[in-house]
Parts: sequence; structure tokens; C-alpha cells
Amino acid sequence: MTSESTNSDLDELNLLYTDVEDSLRESVHDLLTARCTPERVVAAYDGDRDLQLGLWRSLSVDLGLAGLLVPQDRGGAGATAREAAVVLEELGRFVAPVPFITSAVVATTALLQGDDDETLGQLAAGGCTAALVVPFSASATSFRPTVRADDDGKLQGRVTSVVGALDADVLLVPVSTDAGVELHKVAASGAGVGVEPVVSLDMTRQLADIDFTGARSTQVTVAESGDAAVRDALELGAALLASEQLGVAQWCLDHTVSYLLDRKQFGRPVGGFQAIKHRLADLYVMVESAHAAARYAAATAADHDPDRRLAASVAQAYCSEVAVKAAEECVQLHGGIGMTWEHPAHLYLKRAKADQIAFGTAGAHRLRLGELVGLPVVPA
Amino acid sequence: MVRDNMVRDDLRSRVKALLAATDPATTDRLDFLRARFDAGLAWANFPEGLGGLGLPRAFQPYVDQLLEAGGAPDNNPLRNGIGLGMAAPTILAFGTDEQKQRFLKPLWTGEEVWCQLFSEPGAGSDLAAVSTRAVRDGDSWVVNGQKVWTSAAHKARFAILLVRTDPNVSKHAGLSYFVCDMTDPGVDVRPLRQLTGEAEFNEVFLTDVRIPDFYRLGEEGQGWKVATATLMNERVAIGGAAAPREGGMIGVVAKTWRDRPELRTAELHDRLMMLWVEAEVARLTGQRLRQKLALGQPGPEGSTMKLTFARLAQQLSGLEVELLGEDGLRYSDWTMVRPDIVEFTGRDAGYRYLRAKGNSIEGGTSEILRNIVAERVLGLPAEPRTDKDIAWKDLPK
Repeated sequence: MTSESTNSDLDELNLLYTDVEDSLRESVHDLLTARCTPERVVAAYDGDRDLQLGLWRSLSVDLGLAGLLVPQDRGGAGATAREAAVVLEELGRFVAPVPFITSAVVATTALLQGDDDETLGQLAAGGCTAALVVPFSASATSFRPTVRADDDGKLQGRVTSVVGALDADVLLVPVSTDAGVELHKVAASGAGVGVEPVVSLDMTRQLADIDFTGARSTQVTVAESGDAAVRDALELGAALLASEQLGVAQWCLDHTVSYLLDRKQFGRPVGGFQAIKHRLADLYVMVESAHAAARYAAATAADHDPDRRLAASVAQAYCSEVAVKAAEECVQLHGGIGMTWEHPAHLYLKRAKADQIAFGTAGAHRLRLGELVGLPVVPA
Repeated sequence: MVRDNMVRDDLRSRVKALLAATDPATTDRLDFLRARFDAGLAWANFPEGLGGLGLPRAFQPYVDQLLEAGGAPDNNPLRNGIGLGMAAPTILAFGTDEQKQRFLKPLWTGEEVWCQLFSEPGAGSDLAAVSTRAVRDGDSWVVNGQKVWTSAAHKARFAILLVRTDPNVSKHAGLSYFVCDMTDPGVDVRPLRQLTGEAEFNEVFLTDVRIPDFYRLGEEGQGWKVATATLMNERVAIGGAAAPREGGMIGVVAKTWRDRPELRTAELHDRLMMLWVEAEVARLTGQRLRQKLALGQPGPEGSTMKLTFARLAQQLSGLEVELLGEDGLRYSDWTMVRPDIVEFTGRDAGYRYLRAKGNSIEGGTSEILRNIVAERVLGLPAEPRTDKDIAWKDLPK
């Protein structure tokens, strides 16, 4: 075991960034710096969704991010999970209220397993936006469909806490049938579809409860592949959410450090007090570690590496906690200003806390890891 | 990649040539190790003529593997950890050509074991406060003082030694760095028993020890700079080695979990998996750090690996004692012994738990490492230094 792994040192997965990834990051970063300011992001909490639409159009169409994961011969950019992860780092850094992970990662991955290349092409071009209709808390292991087709073949059922649905034109609905799980497509504005916005902890990614009361749908995968399509989509969601969480954590660390260099009490920069320095050093170690976990999840997903499921669960179990810790430290170490509506720290705290539940909690991923690595909770 | 393969081809033929010229089955162990050193296959990253080939460090495991497959003995690296991990890179960086020729080969073969004479009772975290004095006397120096926490001192031929050569300047400026011959009659080594019961370390009393000026590493007064380089190597050595999944302490605890299903509870399982995740992330973080170093993006990040390593070793070994329940109440042996090799994952759970307490103290306490990360990585203000511009002799002691 030792010799095997040390030898692989020379050809192991790259956990850093390629030049292509760096330049992609730069273009996303520049756009978000100009357009996605905290003052505009916070407006989502007062019901103003103006930023969402224009920003997503720029990212999806102008920068072409919607089609990153779609192969070139199916109308996309033919990039990999590595590039999508870099985009998510930046989106996390700005708590950007755009449906990239819901549409361009999760829904797109589910659709890639079917043969509806027309919809896929539209998604890739940014001509439409899709959402997978499952609760945001669903993971590849916990997911159970709650929608059925009735005797007329129309959809019946309710799915709560769906993300990305408010931005979506197309809903991808896992439908439970006698033969298994089929994936169906319905128009979000169609008859028999009720999309009810939910007041959410994180309004930069607002939830919706969706009722299907006899909606007409089109099947995009057959029953044999529907279940795998949904689970693969949720798996990749978990793997890449880690990069968003890394972006959130990195912002919180960077801004807390720079604030504490500036802020003076007792005639000294607050960042010079050892009680504070040690907390920030610990946080830095965690964020660096989250970097490795998130990059490994992205790299294994990009390569369809056999380790990718384990890597996704490791990344979620680790990065979700780091993002929350970083946001909580950000609020605390900013003191009074960190508690205000005016300072953006709360946007990151709310995003991090909601992300902790998304695609399975850290505890759920640890349980699953125990199974994956032969450390079960109960005697076998 | 193409270049890597060419290098590997070259290494294969060099190993083949060595094994053909010096058959390990019929050659004395030390003779073989000397031949291996001369063939440049001792440490790939060292220069040619000094046991290496000037290659990236990452090729060494490949060489080790080929030689092991060829039935060759190794240099038992754990027996001379200080020599290989700390003294050798320091000699390479600061030694004269003569010093390199004299010291490196028998160090690598293990003929000469090395130890480190840095810490003192009055100079732990504040290492630059060392008070062991070296006074020049012609072509040599006369050393008096007391050192502590010296592993392997009782079997060492040489030591790297940090001493004060000028008490009239500030504490960092008055230090020099020497090689000390441990067979000098003025060197008195006494075992230092620690909380595990054994004496892995020693106290070393130096009384009128004579050291030739030829044994000085670096300029007089440059001792702090040389010592800092040594300590950076120590932290990399402690926290930065490549490891397989479930390598180290997590592997020990995972094995107990697998072997003893009757001990399992849901509460212990979640704690185990939390630490399993952290250990795996630490492994990946080390991998990422090595990739950064290979690209020449160095920094004090080695400190972060050691912080994580120490915390995980302590939490994991503590968890295992609890996991063992009634067996966790027992201890293998309190007899005072001087172990030849120290393995943090060796002996029993109680020993591992107790020994791991040292992980956050030795080689820089976790508190000092946090200062280093905060100041050198994050750019936060340095700790106030009241002793900075005062001559060492005038400092309050």
C-alpha cells in the first residue's frame, strides 16, 4: 500500500489550477466584481430579484457557463467538473444569486443521461434554465421520488424545498413508476404545475414548493436510467457544492483578516491580539484543507475516477462545516458590525448554513463514507 | 510526463548497474550502502557526488522500491531521523565542501547517528534565548551548558549544536551553529524519562567540550539563520511526508474498529468518521502542498501540516482508548527503557495516547506554529518583542 501510493506521487491528480481554469476564474471574477455587489445581492431578501435575471444571462450566455458540462457534439463547451468547480468557487465568493449549480450542474447532468438533445442544447446556450425537482436536502443516497404519473399519464404529487425552480423554465421531475424512476420534463409555467416561493433562510438561493396536479409531461429517460440520472446529478451536486463552500469560506477568511488589520482597539490592530491570531490561523488551516478536499472531489469527478463517490462525501463532510465555521467566525470577529444588515457577513452565514443541509448533511455523508470504506456503524 | 519517464528509465538502469556490480546477497550491508551512496542512489534530491543525482525528491520512493525489489538493504532511516531529516539538509545548505565530504556519507549509511542539541531548560519556544556558551580558544571553541529533549543522544556520534558565541549583542545575533562530537569527554548524556515511562530523550550536559572551528556550520553569529533552516526541515519532516489513505494513526484506529465489532456504538462511529474525514483531507492537503512546492510556490505552509498532524494524532489516539473500553484501562509496560526507534503508532493504545501529547510540543508548539501562520501567511502583526534590541547578557532571566 505504501509503495503503491508513494510511487503514484508522480502521476497523481492535480489539486491545483490549470492556466485555463485560472483564466476562466478571472473572467467570472471580473464580471461578478462589476455586477454582483453585496448591496445588490442583499436586495433578494426584500423580494427584489432584478439582479438574478440579468446576471444569469451574462454568465450563461455571454460567458457561456451554462454549457460547460455539455459535450461539444451536444451543443456545449465540453469542459469538465474541474472548470465548473472553479466557477462555483467564484459564485460562492460573491454569494451570487444565480442558478448555475441547479441548472448547469445538477439538471444538466441528469439530462445528459437522456436523449433530449434539443433541451440540452437550449440549456447549454443559455436559452432556457432547468431545475431538478427534488428537495435541496436530497442526496444520492437519501433521494426518494414523491411524484407519480396518474392513470392518464399526468403528474401528481408535491415536492418541497426545491432550489432553482423559481429561475427555471423547464422542470425535470423524477417520477415514481412501477418500473422504477423515470425522469420527466414539464414546463414550469404549464397547466397543473404550481410553483410556490418559500421564504428561505438563504434568499440568494430561494426555495419553492411545487405541486403537480395533473401536469402533462414528456419522458426524457426511461425507467432503467432515471434513477441513475437523478443520483449522478445529486452526486455531482454534492461534489461541486464543496467548491462553492470553499469560495464562501475563503471570502470570510480574507475579509476578516483585512478587517482585523484595519480595526484598532486599545491602540492596536485587533488582528495583533494572540487570541484572535490563533483563531485566524486555525481558520486558515481549515480553508487550505477545504481547498484540497474540494479540488480532489472536482478532479475525481472530472476523470470519472472510481474514487469520486468517496471524494464527494469527504468534500461535503468537510467543506460544509468549514464554510459555516468561517462565516460564524467572520460574524464574531467583526464584532458589532458583523451583526448588522448593512455588512455582507450575514449573506455568507445564511448561504453557508443552508449549504450545510444541501445534497445531504455532513453527518449523512459520514455515515455513507463508513459504508464506502468498510467502517460500518453496526457489526456486519 | 515524458521527462518523468525518461528519468525513471535512467534510474532503472542505474539501479540495475549497482545491483550487478555489488550483489546485495553477497556484500556486507555497510559496503552495499556505501556503494549505493557512491552511485547517487541514496537521496535523489542531493547533488551528484554527495549521494544524489540532483533530481526532484519525488523520485526517491521509486528508487527505494526498485532496490527493495532487488533484495537490497536500506539504511534503516528511522534509526537516524534527526541526521537524515535535519542535519543532512543543513549541512548541504550551509556546510563547506570539506564538511559535506566528511559528514554526509556515513550519516546516510547510518554508520554515524546524529542528534540535535538545540533546546535548553531556559530556551524552549524562545529558542534564540539559548545560554550554552562557546568561547573561542585558538583554532577551537570551548563549550559549556545544558541541552535537553535530545533524542538519540546516547547513540549519536555527532550533534548539531546551537550556542551563544557573543552575549554582548541581541539574542538572535549572538548565536553560532556547530557540529559537536558526542564522544568528547566533556559530553555527559543522561536519560530523560517521559510520561510514557520510557526515556526516548536525554539531557545533555556540556562541560569544557572542545570543538574545532572546522566544525562550525555557517559564519560566526549566523547561527539563528542556520537553525531556522533546520527547523523548517523538521516541520516538513514531521507533517509533510506522502502517506497512503488510512496511513498513520487513523489506520491504527480503523483497524481496531474493523477487528472489534463488539466495541462499536453510533456515538463512537460518528466521532471516528469525523476524524477519518479529517485524516483523509489532511492527506490530500499534504498532496496539494507538495504539488505547490514542486511548482516553486513555497512558504511556511509546512507549519499548517504539523498543526493538523498533532491535533489528529491526539484526537485519534484518545478516541481509541475510549473505544477499547475496559482494555483502554490497561497499559503495556511502565519500565524505563531507551527505545531504539520511536514510532508514534507503535505499542498499545495507552502509549500512543500519551506519546501523542508530545506532538503538539516537539518541533515547535502548536501555539508558536499558530503565531507563524498568523504572521507569515496571513500578515497579522507580530507579537510584541520586548527583548529585541537588548544585548542578550542584559535580558531578564
